Amino acid sequence: MQELIINILLGVVILTAAGLLIFIGSRKGGMTKKQRTMMIRILISASALLGLQFVSAEMFDTLDVYLFPSAGRWIRFACYLIDYFIIGYDILKKAAKGIKNRQVFDENFLMAVATIGAMALAVYENGEYLEAIAVMLFYQIGEWFQGYAVGKSRRNISNLMDIRPDYANVERDGKLEQVDPDEVGIGSVIVVQPGEKVPIDGIIVEGNSSLNTSALTGESLPREAKVGDEVISGCISMTGVLKIQTTKEFGESTVSKILDLVENASSRKSKSEDFISKFAKVYTPAVCYSALALAILPPLVRMLFMGLAADWGVWIYRALTFLVISCPCALVISIPLSFFAGIGGASQQGVLVKGSNYLEILSKTKVVVFDKTGTLTQGVFEVNGIHHNELENAQLIEYAALAESASSHPISKSLQRAYGKEPDRTRVSDIREISGNGVIAKVDGIEIAAGNDKLMKHLNIPYIDCHQTGTIIHMAIKGAYAGHIVISDIVKPHSQAAIASLKSSGVEKTVMLTGDAKKVANQVANSLGIDEVYSELLPAGKVEKVEELLRMKLGKAKLAFVGDGINDAPVLSRADIGIAMGAMGSDAAIEAADIVLMDDDPMKISKAIRISRKCLRIVYQNIVLALVVKFACLILGAFGIANMYLAIFADVGVMILAVLNAIRCLFVKKL
Amino acid sequence: MKKTYKIEVDCANCANLMEDAARKTAGVASATVNFMTQKMIVEFADGTDPKNVMQDVLKACKKVEPDCEIEL
Repeated sequence: MQELIINILLGVVILTAAGLLIFIGSRKGGMTKKQRTMMIRILISASALLGLQFVSAEMFDTLDVYLFPSAGRWIRFACYLIDYFIIGYDILKKAAKGIKNRQVFDENFLMAVATIGAMALAVYENGEYLEAIAVMLFYQIGEWFQGYAVGKSRRNISNLMDIRPDYANVERDGKLEQVDPDEVGIGSVIVVQPGEKVPIDGIIVEGNSSLNTSALTGESLPREAKVGDEVISGCISMTGVLKIQTTKEFGESTVSKILDLVENASSRKSKSEDFISKFAKVYTPAVCYSALALAILPPLVRMLFMGLAADWGVWIYRALTFLVISCPCALVISIPLSFFAGIGGASQQGVLVKGSNYLEILSKTKVVVFDKTGTLTQGVFEVNGIHHNELENAQLIEYAALAESASSHPISKSLQRAYGKEPDRTRVSDIREISGNGVIAKVDGIEIAAGNDKLMKHLNIPYIDCHQTGTIIHMAIKGAYAGHIVISDIVKPHSQAAIASLKSSGVEKTVMLTGDAKKVANQVANSLGIDEVYSELLPAGKVEKVEELLRMKLGKAKLAFVGDGINDAPVLSRADIGIAMGAMGSDAAIEAADIVLMDDDPMKISKAIRISRKCLRIVYQNIVLALVVKFACLILGAFGIANMYLAIFADVGVMILAVLNAIRCLFVKKL
Repeated sequence: MKKTYKIEVDCANCANLMEDAARKTAGVASATVNFMTQKMIVEFADGTDPKNVMQDVLKACKKVEPDCEIEL
């Protein structure tokens, strides 16, 4: 029965190998030279083995008559031995080298000992050579598949992440020339044609186009760009020809920075990876010594204490089975591959993770702390309401804008924006700024006071408080109250959904920190459904609050801080994990944060957490799967239930499953 | 000083062994092998010549994994 199964399997192997050689091997870049040779060896060896299967030991024995006694036995051995060498010579060579270099416990050594042992047992019994060769054959097939699958997925993931521009167009003597982007100096003008990638950061000096930033941000909506706009490298110009004056060297451009970051991300190893490589170092020698013990101790015990036959052959066979199971490769390969795929998938969605370790921490995040301005709100202050005014709205805004025209305060900028025209400064005179209160100035000769309640009190003008939250600018014209203007930050459209989505993906507590007034902060927090608010904090106060929150959290829960990276670098680095958002083009933010969200959509935070959870789930699945199967096989092997076939299929099978499972990390678009 | 080298190695466990071997080489402050991107990042101790050190690293790596390659 078992023999029949093996014969069928050999047939399948032969057909598959031939098919792979014809269809993939002939394609350019389908297989490396090494892989091709190996596949040919597998094909030859499997065919020879299947052929030898149909010639029984008795048929060889008939040769005895023509030659010398027991010639058939030795000729049969020679035939199998040749086949064994065809499939396994490189393993034997490596094993020998390993012993010479005192690096004994590697998988080559294990396979060599296991199969040579099985061959020796077969010679001794003139029995089944099939097993030793088949085990070596299936091991080689497993290795081949692993090398091929890992190599292919490695290339695929790298390609996905590869946003590296190959060339830059430079105009020379009226003609376009393609040059290496490395050679373009700061301040030179490059030309980007429709469909091409912007190779270097710069400012548009001619032309307009819509830019596809999806490679950087995962955002599919194109962005319009016109003369004077800054463009960052990695965007694809879709409609028009752009002339761009570069502001950075290629090496300093966004695209190079991102590539560098993502490529090096998997070098920062996670705890699970460390665990596995430590485990592998202990596991292989441990299994080898147990195999030795299994080969020697039970027969001795049987002989000396139980008065039974030693059964050396049986126990040595069981020990050899142990060796086959002891290769840790399935385990070692699948973990970094999972992380690599996870980081690759995330970067496609505009979430840059700086290391496998951060992906791991992110998955354990239970507390998310937000900065308010620029993170949950747009950080752009706008006029949101005008109340209690007797003048026309536009007239009041005009007065306010003119009175504040000398100031560069964000509030005055929002007034200018609301006014919509360039303020005519000649209409303004006698500007007096009262620090912390507001401005008094003459516009067209009329005295205008614009400022907060303190200013009104100072001027002894009765004012009406506002029920809305935000910054209130009270206006007085010729000493009489003329109403107030409310300026407030606008909450981002997705903020509320983002908080809800965080909750549903397992975050227990959301906290908002802000330097803003309590009333404003509470109102924003309530509207978004945030659990805790700490307001009126100075930058140093934010660090203290985060430290306090770090002390409060329980056990292994991690705390993430989300900011826009502009003035919260200390907090970003103090939290367990710092997330900077809207960081496209901001070096400081990319530097300080552990995870960088390329656009400023807060929904990406929960997406990042979900990606990390999925990735870690797959990592744990793989660890558990590999360990359970290996230990089950070890136990079954020790009791003689599992034979070498089962051991090698378990080994190869687990590895294939683990690799396929790891690839799932790449599919994160719909999370 | 930190330098990155392209490497060629077939199996992940062998990459780990190479990392170990590189770390133990004299003159290497720290070493990381990234199997996925096939790169070795080596940080050299102060006052050492990367070229000489890398020769030793290559030798040490060849010892643990005869099939590996480091582009120096």
